[in-house]
Amino acid sequence: MSPKKTLATALRVLRQLSHDPRTIVLLIAVPPLLLTILRFIFQGQIKVFDSIAPTLLGIFPMIMMFLITSVVTIRERTTGTLDRIMTMPTSKLDFIFGYGIAFSFLGFIQALISCGVMLGLLKVTILGGTLPIIITVVIAAFLGTSLGLFLSAFATSEFQAIQFMPAFIFPQVLTCGLFIARDQMAKPLQWFADVMPLTYSVDALKQLITHSNWTHQFTRDLIIVFLFGVFALILGSITIRRQE
Amino acid sequence: MEKIIKIKNLSVVLSGQVHALSNINLELVSGRSIGFIGPSGAGKTTLIKSIVGRLHLTEGSIDIYGLPAGSKELRHQISYMTQDLSIYPDLTLTQNLKYFATIIGLKDSIATQQIKQILLDIDMQDKANSLIKNLSGGQKQRASLAIALLGNPKLMVLDEPTVGLDPVLRESLWKLFNKLKSKGTTLLISSHSMDEAERCDDLVLIRQGKIITHSSPSELKKKTSSKTIEESFLKLVGGRE
Repeated sequence: MSPKKTLATALRVLRQLSHDPRTIVLLIAVPPLLLTILRFIFQGQIKVFDSIAPTLLGIFPMIMMFLITSVVTIRERTTGTLDRIMTMPTSKLDFIFGYGIAFSFLGFIQALISCGVMLGLLKVTILGGTLPIIITVVIAAFLGTSLGLFLSAFATSEFQAIQFMPAFIFPQVLTCGLFIARDQMAKPLQWFADVMPLTYSVDALKQLITHSNWTHQFTRDLIIVFLFGVFALILGSITIRRQE
Repeated sequence: MEKIIKIKNLSVVLSGQVHALSNINLELVSGRSIGFIGPSGAGKTTLIKSIVGRLHLTEGSIDIYGLPAGSKELRHQISYMTQDLSIYPDLTLTQNLKYFATIIGLKDSIATQQIKQILLDIDMQDKANSLIKNLSGGQKQRASLAIALLGNPKLMVLDEPTVGLDPVLRESLWKLFNKLKSKGTTLLISSHSMDEAERCDDLVLIRQGKIITHSSPSELKKKTSSKTIEESFLKLVGGRE
């Protein structure tokens, strides 16, 4: 693995996106816009909004990065660019971590803007502070990217890749504890939630809502989400084959 | 001349059921333009993908410069232009060239020099900063070829590099191929166009996953008492059926 080649891949992905301003605007503007809409939905229940909004910050980047990465990777596979790269003197990890870095950076920008809107304009109070939120959101974006890279190997078209979202991401959103406390769900769903990474991403954000200090559980949750992301990236690199 | 590619008893079965290549035996020498000629579906791309190491060989072996096809050490010596454009449409030509130059490990100063020369060779200096998606079909084809020229590879494997190009562009690309050959580069070029076959030093005629013949265009025409390669091909195919 070469840091120069990994960085070149990350810069290449970001350059490609820079030629697509519509996607950038959607990536950056949609999460704060949805948060704002939600704020007005909970007009009479501000406390409910205050408890939901930070957790959504961990879900939005994961979903968006998952979708974008899946589609972009499918494109790499179907247009022949991956075919060409696999005959070149570069590691599969350069390719895959390059994507991870590029989309985590986008997640960082998304997190900055969403946090700015949530804390500044919508006046949500978070005891844990801004920096831990940004770190959590970036790791969630990294997780979405990793899962997108990995699962795109099982799709042969962009249409199939998009179908992975309701199949793989939605069950995690439903069981992560956003709608109802996990211990109130049926046991099998609790077991499912226990092994899904989004659960820990949401748990980390919940820790920030209620704790002003950096807790052990927060650290543990972040490490779990990050390791899950790295594991998915490694699995993703295994699905990219030099020989078909 | 050195035999750089040795293919022995090669068979490739795709997806466990399509017999794309059957018992191929071939030895190819350096510094020549070698045409893999045959109709669509003959097995040219499968043979090319096997040579660049992208396919699992069902049976047999391919040795290139004494190493098995797909070896890590070969990746610095071989360039591959796929049948698809395999270039990023939402980047400029220069951005594509710079990215691939980094990926193959060229130093920045060498990459800058080579990119300048390549743009000159493919006559696209004026399109250096154009997005690939805004180029014409022929320009995209040349841009894809430009990537294969990076790093001065010893062996260039080009899958249908001139398909869709007008005669003037094809002529200029063949001039470039001959220039590369004179510097010692070996070119493997696939084509389904029989008139293109006349331009190659050696021909490997392929049909239904088998090699019909391997010789120079003039030998082939002499052997089959034909005026054109197309006539030779038809006679050889007719003789088999």
